[in-house]
Amino acid sequence: MLTRMSLPDLPRGPSEGELPANLRHGTTVVALRFADGVVMAGDRRATEGNVIAHRALDKVYPADRHSAVAIAGVAGPAIEMVRLFQTQLEHYEKVEGVALSLEGKANQLGQMVREHLPLAMQGLVVVPLFAGYDVSRSQGRIFSYDVTGGRYEELDHAATGSGGRDARTSIKLAWRADLARAEAVELAVRALYEAADEDAATGGPDLVRGIYPVVAIVTVRGYEQVAEDEVADRFAATVERLRGGNRR
Amino acid sequence: MTMPFYVAPEQVMKDRAEYAQKGIARGRSLVATVYSGGILFVAENPSRSLHKVSEIYDRIAFAGVGRYNEFDQLRVAGVRHADTKGYAFSREDVDARSLANVYAQYLGQVFTHEMKPLEVEILVAELDDSPEHDQLYHIAYEGTITDEDGVAVLGGETDAISDRLRSVARRDWTLDEALAAATTALAGPDRVLAPEELEVAVLERGNGRRAFRRIDQAELTERLEQRSGTRRPARRRSVPQADAGGETGSQG
Repeated sequence: MLTRMSLPDLPRGPSEGELPANLRHGTTVVALRFADGVVMAGDRRATEGNVIAHRALDKVYPADRHSAVAIAGVAGPAIEMVRLFQTQLEHYEKVEGVALSLEGKANQLGQMVREHLPLAMQGLVVVPLFAGYDVSRSQGRIFSYDVTGGRYEELDHAATGSGGRDARTSIKLAWRADLARAEAVELAVRALYEAADEDAATGGPDLVRGIYPVVAIVTVRGYEQVAEDEVADRFAATVERLRGGNRR
Repeated sequence: MTMPFYVAPEQVMKDRAEYAQKGIARGRSLVATVYSGGILFVAENPSRSLHKVSEIYDRIAFAGVGRYNEFDQLRVAGVRHADTKGYAFSREDVDARSLANVYAQYLGQVFTHEMKPLEVEILVAELDDSPEHDQLYHIAYEGTITDEDGVAVLGGETDAISDRLRSVARRDWTLDEALAAATTALAGPDRVLAPEELEVAVLERGNGRRAFRRIDQAELTERLEQRSGTRRPARRRSVPQADAGGETGSQG
């Protein structure tokens, strides 16, 4: 049986223990397929040890026109990896005159994670999530990774980060293949809410400052970030429903 | 003992220039013009896949005439230069002027130091927020760089084409007007260029971060016909229409 490697299974490098505990970590990101493509969402919190280091960090980025990448792990190297990935995809597209296939992009990202393994073994873990619209197959596809650069195609949904498990569970319970756009956005938002409810390192909606998760949609028309107002509305609806449930 | 023949430097340069000019004049020409919504590139090019006009960066495009392998090599070097710079610093730090200088240096270097000069003429264009500030840098085979004012012509018989286009060019004309004039200028008085013989691309304001867009056959046919009023029903039907099919209908 194949097992995915997670950090505690790996032999530790020499500098283990010397790493400062206050590295910024990114936290829960989810991706799920719906009728027209994929939805990807991520919370906004970064932590340094027990301190909230950043409240409005973006963890979901456009990789290119038809794909999105989300990050979990140590924020610094993760954001740098995304920047390099974006540059590489665009560079390939311009030099060759055509964009890489979705599979090609997923493999490329896997290679970057694999090259990062030595640093990951010293504690600087980066685990991305990749999703996009496969133009040749006319469907959304999702890929998850482990620290070794292993690339695994997910059937319908995936989540990673410290709150990933909670998010995955709540998606699993309500996911259907024919989810409409609004339903899919709501499900992603709900999953992040549940993750934030259980995981201290995942940020929930910040109603005081008006900071909400980043939600992106990739369909045949390309990458599109869902407007903050819409995300806020979805949250309000979710909260209303939860409250109603409690009163009863 | 053998004595090398003495050749005057003037003669060497003259020969090289002549060689390069001949090579460039053999190829087909290309024009670029500023219009109200951006910058238009029209090249005479029957190939659908070997492009003369391409994207370099968000608001920068490249066009080349002459030997394909040589200008394509320059194009790839330009993309690499721009991507590296944008990654190392910031996307807004990538500009056409600096890139044009790099090209000019390289072409000048090759022209004076190598056996064979590059048989190419290239154009680096950058889109700005208004047509007045759009930039067109025309770089010749020997590294001469010209900051063109709204219209650039590359390739053979440039004077005739340039005269034809400049006599009608305006910075505030529409895409369709510019496209029609550019096509007519390229064709000259004795020919009519069909859409299949043209490669057309634009740097378009309001097209998002990446302003470069190719105008495909269907759209090109549509735009050219709309303009001239001539319709070629048999051929038009054979071109699959993506959208905007209703536009020519109003022409009657």
